[in-house]
Amino acid sequence: MSTEVSTNLPPHPEKATLEGKNKVLGFWLFLGGEVILFGSLFATFIALRTAFGSGPASQELFSLPLTAVATFILLTSSLFSVLGIQAMHRNDLSGVLKWFGITVLFGLAFLGLEIYEFFEYVHEGHTMSSGAFGSAFYTLVGFHGAHVLGGVCWITGLLSKLPKKGLNVVTAPKLYVASLYWHFIDLVWVFIFTVVYLMGKVG
Amino acid sequence: MAGHGHVAHSPKRHTGLMDWLTTVDHKKIGILYLVAGGFFFLLGGLEAILIRIQLMYPDSKIFIGATFNELTTMHGTTMIFLAAMPVIFALMNAVVPLQIGARDVAFPFLNSLGFWLFFMGGLLLNTSWFLGGAPDAGWTAYAPLSSAFSGRGVDFYVLGLQIAGIGTWLGGINFLVTIINMRAPGLSFMRLPMFTWTAFITSTLVLFAFPAITVSLVLLMFDRLFGANFFDAAAGGNEVIWEHLFWIFGHPEVYILILPAFGVISEVMPTFSKKRLFGYSAMVFSTVLIGFLGFMVWAHHMFTVGLGPVANAIFGVATMLIAIPTGIKIFNWLFTLWGGHIRFTTAMLYAVGFIPTFVIGGMTGVMLAIPTADYQYHDTYFVIAHFHYVIVGGMVLGLFSGLYYWWPKMFGRMLNETLGKWNFWTFFIGFHLTFFPQHFLGLLGMPRRVFTYQAGVGLESMNFISTIGAFLMGVGFIIFIWNVIVTNSKKKDAPADPWDARTLEWTIASPAPEYNFAQTPLVRGLDALWTEKMAGNKKMTPAEPLGEIHMPSASILPFLMSVGLFIAGYGFIYHMYVLIGVGAVIVVSCMFTRSFKDDPGWHVPIDEVERTEKEARA
Repeated sequence: MSTEVSTNLPPHPEKATLEGKNKVLGFWLFLGGEVILFGSLFATFIALRTAFGSGPASQELFSLPLTAVATFILLTSSLFSVLGIQAMHRNDLSGVLKWFGITVLFGLAFLGLEIYEFFEYVHEGHTMSSGAFGSAFYTLVGFHGAHVLGGVCWITGLLSKLPKKGLNVVTAPKLYVASLYWHFIDLVWVFIFTVVYLMGKVG
Repeated sequence: MAGHGHVAHSPKRHTGLMDWLTTVDHKKIGILYLVAGGFFFLLGGLEAILIRIQLMYPDSKIFIGATFNELTTMHGTTMIFLAAMPVIFALMNAVVPLQIGARDVAFPFLNSLGFWLFFMGGLLLNTSWFLGGAPDAGWTAYAPLSSAFSGRGVDFYVLGLQIAGIGTWLGGINFLVTIINMRAPGLSFMRLPMFTWTAFITSTLVLFAFPAITVSLVLLMFDRLFGANFFDAAAGGNEVIWEHLFWIFGHPEVYILILPAFGVISEVMPTFSKKRLFGYSAMVFSTVLIGFLGFMVWAHHMFTVGLGPVANAIFGVATMLIAIPTGIKIFNWLFTLWGGHIRFTTAMLYAVGFIPTFVIGGMTGVMLAIPTADYQYHDTYFVIAHFHYVIVGGMVLGLFSGLYYWWPKMFGRMLNETLGKWNFWTFFIGFHLTFFPQHFLGLLGMPRRVFTYQAGVGLESMNFISTIGAFLMGVGFIIFIWNVIVTNSKKKDAPADPWDARTLEWTIASPAPEYNFAQTPLVRGLDALWTEKMAGNKKMTPAEPLGEIHMPSASILPFLMSVGLFIAGYGFIYHMYVLIGVGAVIVVSCMFTRSFKDDPGWHVPIDEVERTEKEARA
């Protein structure tokens, strides 16, 4: 089945089969549920964001240059995943591997910065137990970080099998929903940057 | 799993226990949900009986203090999450794909995973009875009682519900995609059978409500296990966050429960009145409206928290609004009965019994929606009576109706009607005996969750009657179990269409063959089968030629993944990082196995389809 289509990829391979259509629609719905998940975490964070307890206040804690670099890295990685999907639509396997590979590398760089950031914060006395702000911060930002980690592992897993499996109507939906997921965690980060860091710095 | 490549005609078919552990067939998963839900219903019912034994006489000392708290907590948690939800998913699995002319759900693997996660979560929660005590902070687990003042039982509550909740959530997504993408040709949304419509709206509510409880359980878990301060006021936390998040989930949850029951009633009434459903489009839109408003009213559970008169008034009015679409439904059912050729089968008895019972529950609901009056009713037996009238009197009666109605389609055997009528009358009378007096106990000031009451303040006789009623409900349920056993020992002799019904599931054999429809049917009107009957046709017009049928492969991975999370759950509860690691390794390796090994499925050859269809007709 897979060998006959890999040489001749249909125009929208991610939705060429019923399984593919189901997968893409199901994934959009999954993201709808994730919106509520992060919405609940954001609401909790907003309610508790000034309860610093024994830890430092957000104004003195956050360093915007570091966060700006992290934001730049994650947003750019989203662009690379778009280029990856475009390569997929051109049936360009090496392009897919290249662009998604760069996406993963940028995701790892983001994670590295986040781990460094958390490490610094703990040293400054901002921990899970230092106050309700600390609990809400690490839960919200940590949930996002865990999503990034999950995405990195997921896309790496897909790429590792792609040279053997090739681009076809089975692998295309998988890549497509992985890129949807990557855009979503990118979008969540935009809100985290605004609500956690900018608002934390200003008010 | 069926080997590699295109192994069309040689699937590996499992038998016995292995078949049930690996099945991805929605019909078998429906039966699994029913058996597991029935088991937990039995447990929750037993807990209810024990509660009523303690409250039979004043000043009893049989189950007091912590034991009583554990009983009420586990009764509520078990009934809502582990009994009601799975039986709803049992009916949805058994019926929805057949009603829309599909061969399976959109994600058969995910369907199996959803079941096993639910089951393992429920099992984890219930093992707390043997491991140092069940949760005792109420089924609502309000913080800070649950976060700072409760024992290990609450850890079981948190982890068990988290695992079960993920399973239910996946199930919701699955049914949404199934209904959107896999309807037979001609089956537009405004021709969908009402049960499928309610399954659709219920799945939407599951999708958007369950993440809220996921988050609230995460916060509680972090407070209890990792020293977070979400609910610790001294560290700047705020315990009202728990109440908001819990009820943002919890209120849609009651509509998740009741809407499928509405769907069942909307199928049973037309069939046994030999009339089409009165006001089909009004029924559809009232279902959608109830689902929408269900998200707007959560704070009516929190009138006494002190959110202020403006918030209370808004949520009170929003709550009363729900009475309008619900009233539309009640009148449409009555008009469906009006002038119909009514047959009082057991399914129909349950459906008719549902109406007055649910109306009483709805009326007390509007009473409770008045914030000022709610200060009087709050935390009394009036609330207990109200929600048992809507959940038992509404949903459970609806589910029994659906079980009697679809039993032949699920199992190929008709439940015994004589035993069925005994089942109905004992359960129905027992129900009203149990809960009707509780309205007045509540108005007299008897508080809920308190393990005893004094003699001589006018509470004795009504509590006694209530306990007698509970026993009678128990008898009713035992008669149902007896009916199932008796029926199960008979031959499979149910015809394809035993009730002279109207929808697609009755066009195929009872029980449905593995592939459901030999040929996808063409739907030419609302009530697809009835449309053909009225046109004088013996069967549906097929929408495709007879061909080999593609089937998904069975898989043990969903079961193994759920076992992995089950093990990791104990790791979190007992702070044993080895167990968390073992569980995580199992889960992750199952996920990668699933992702790396493409499942081509297998095909039922044409001659086998023809043979099966011929046997079914003989």
